[in-house]
Amino acid sequence: MSERFDTLVVGAGPAGIAAAVSAAAAGQRVGLVDDNPAPGGQIWRSGASQPAAARSLLAKLDAAPVQRLQGWRVFDSAEHDVLRAECENECADLFYRKLILATGARERFLPFPGWTLPYVMGAGGLDAMVRGGLPISGKRVVVAGTGPLLLAVAAHLARKGAIIAAICEQASVRRLIRLAAHLVNEPAKLLQGIEYSAATFGAKFFTGCWPAAANGREKLETVTLGRNGKLWDERCDYLACGYHLIPNLELPALLGCRIEDGFVTTDDLQRTSVADVYCAGEPAGIGGVELALLEGQIAGLAAADKTEEAKKLATRRRRSLGFVRALREATDLDPRLKTLALDSTLVCRCEDVSFGALRNHANWRDAKLHTRCGMGACQGRICGAATEFLFGWSTLSGDSGIRPPVFPARVSSFTTSIALNEKETQ
Amino acid sequence: MRETAQTIALTVNDIPVTVAPGATVAAAILIAGEPTRRSATGEPRGPLCGMGICFECRATIDGIAHQRSCQILCTTGMKVRTG
Amino acid sequence: MSDLWDVVVAGAGIVGAACALECVSRGLKTAIVERGGIGGGATAAGMGHIVVMDDSPAQMALTLYSQTLWRELSSRLPANVEYEQCGTLWVASDEEEMREVHRKSDVYASAGVRTEILDIHSLAEAEPNLRQPLTGALLVPSDAVLYPPCAAGFLIAEALQLGARLYTPRKMLSAVDGRALLDDGTELRAAHIVIASGVDATQLIPELPIRKRKGHLAITDRYLGFVRHQLVELGYLKSAHSSTADSVAFNVQPRRTGQILIGSSRQYNAEGSEVNHKILAAMIERAQSYLPEIGGLSTIRVWTGFRAATPDKLPLIGSWPEDQSLILATGHEGLGITTSLGTARLLADYVCGAKTEIPIEPYLPGRFARMAAHA
Repeated sequence: MSERFDTLVVGAGPAGIAAAVSAAAAGQRVGLVDDNPAPGGQIWRSGASQPAAARSLLAKLDAAPVQRLQGWRVFDSAEHDVLRAECENECADLFYRKLILATGARERFLPFPGWTLPYVMGAGGLDAMVRGGLPISGKRVVVAGTGPLLLAVAAHLARKGAIIAAICEQASVRRLIRLAAHLVNEPAKLLQGIEYSAATFGAKFFTGCWPAAANGREKLETVTLGRNGKLWDERCDYLACGYHLIPNLELPALLGCRIEDGFVTTDDLQRTSVADVYCAGEPAGIGGVELALLEGQIAGLAAADKTEEAKKLATRRRRSLGFVRALREATDLDPRLKTLALDSTLVCRCEDVSFGALRNHANWRDAKLHTRCGMGACQGRICGAATEFLFGWSTLSGDSGIRPPVFPARVSSFTTSIALNEKETQ
Repeated sequence: MRETAQTIALTVNDIPVTVAPGATVAAAILIAGEPTRRSATGEPRGPLCGMGICFECRATIDGIAHQRSCQILCTTGMKVRTG
Repeated sequence: MSDLWDVVVAGAGIVGAACALECVSRGLKTAIVERGGIGGGATAAGMGHIVVMDDSPAQMALTLYSQTLWRELSSRLPANVEYEQCGTLWVASDEEEMREVHRKSDVYASAGVRTEILDIHSLAEAEPNLRQPLTGALLVPSDAVLYPPCAAGFLIAEALQLGARLYTPRKMLSAVDGRALLDDGTELRAAHIVIASGVDATQLIPELPIRKRKGHLAITDRYLGFVRHQLVELGYLKSAHSSTADSVAFNVQPRRTGQILIGSSRQYNAEGSEVNHKILAAMIERAQSYLPEIGGLSTIRVWTGFRAATPDKLPLIGSWPEDQSLILATGHEGLGITTSLGTARLLADYVCGAKTEIPIEPYLPGRFARMAAHA
């Protein structure tokens, strides 16, 4: 199967939806491809309790003449203007004139003893599972890690009846106070903070605190929390723990987009270094929903050659960036988080490679070749981020680059595409 | 539009599970009390990321192995196997 | 600063590692120079098969010799080397290929290699996922597979334990008249400099008759038991034979983990390491034609690599006529893993002036100088 679009958008989170709606409104033939069962990405994941802004934009999307490829996963690009994607039982060549990458972000997981036990999940991970039908009412949850995601997740889980045993933010109180100074300029954010706190029904909130271990035989039973050198155990059914969001760069990298300081380089119109390829939202810089929406709009308009309108929105974007930077600095990871893993603690979960096996290697490539860390199904998405923090390894550079597939794909999906053959003979 | 069913019935390792429409297979596996898979060294595992990038939720669904269950909705009569 | 060695080996891929270990275990003062990681070049890119091949008597002699050495070493290999004597099935899809099976069986028999001829039924039983009906196959039970980077790692570790010295990461900039200059200014003086740097050997000796021959591989997720043996189509030799055309051939290998390695492809004049989608598609389609169910398996990674190929498909083992201090151990094309141990033995015997266990003449680099002289 093959489809042709003026503008193809990859990722149906806030940025992608905004891009698709804007491009369609400007008269483009738009395709929106996303690998989840429904649009919304992570932060607007469906399953009740979507914010009003989400419902409203999703309604606009439903009304827009956008071709929806929901449940399709992009895994390769054989030529400049085409992506290959597959779904449950088909694969397709998706041709585009303009491409907008809105591939979003994922959580960073840091290893600690017991982190591979069932019922230890990301903060966004548990949230996503609950939205996907996991019952949480009456369950005890420890929410840990760092960043505003923790409060958002705790609030949502509490609303669904979970008992929030503790919220543990690794950033120290001092850092968070410095951040509060910034909040005064952003009253909306302050309000959000208050709302979240109220929703968590006075759950214990600890700063400078993180899980030192997860304990249990076949699944999680207790979490050992550490703060100022003191350790104590919390009994819980789930541990929801994530350390920041990191951008999904694999598809931009495959396409050759320049990546600097860990993000896709974009100009004010969201253009990447590759002609006709735009990037909006988290891969261009972790900035939350509002920024993602704005960047998605800018990209959609720019892709439709509505350059003046796009430029007007770009000035609003610059104002958002200050808060984003401050938040990131305030929640920088405490170096003591590097000391939690024991030699026996697994770092690569796909291939069961331990911290002890890894730490004597000089770099990511050597570690991969000799331990097979990062060679499993997730291709380093989980362990790569961990080793970057633990050892300072660079995982996206070097001569290996990014090879297809960006995600695992069926063997048959690599066979000759009729569309590409046709293109050649034209 | 017709009213959809209130629950969906499927099995996980022959354990009957009922879920609400829109529930993922990963949720059904946890509801059944099973780990989603066994790791390379035999550890029980469950979903981690909830968004299709950690691959811990891989399960065999209606005979097809290595499917990311957190991104797949339950359907009536589905046979899920974990291992 | 200048050090004096008996042997300095350029390249810690599987061939260099094997040579270093063999030399140091003979009491030769040995150094190894590696610019990247151990086993990070073609060693990391290949399939890791240990296979007896009969393209020529010299190839048969070296692969058989070397396979025996691997088998003798296998009990000492650590688990991460994943040595598995799974055997190879040379698969025939028609009567002509079946005649080739019989011919091969005779050739292997006269070389002392035990084989078994499978018919339609026994082949289907041995490999249920092969398309049916296939005419039959030749089973070579002594063939094996392993994971090459860890094999190279093991050999280097053994060499270091015996007193070899590893200079890494260091690039050898030049090797002339027993002097190897490294990129940090270190000069190593040696009676013999072993050039085991694969396709990069031409950086040290530009006139070497070595060409890069690009290959593609894909690896799947874990499907234990999907295939039990290494599977190769008889047309594989046609592909390895062909001197200029791009070609693919069916070659699939199970790893101990249950992952399936899917190959193979060969291209000359392809300098870049990017994946060529047309070649990949052709390779996958060939695999699907033999294993119809493979299409549904999950592929997690695709990559490329460069084999070091010589004009006559035999490696270069022995001194370079223009500079006798340089000993070549390269040009192994798709048989580097297999013949690494045999190469190392021949090389060490050659350096020590000992009698080799198989004739070394077919692999001596001088054969090309002679060929050039007669041109």
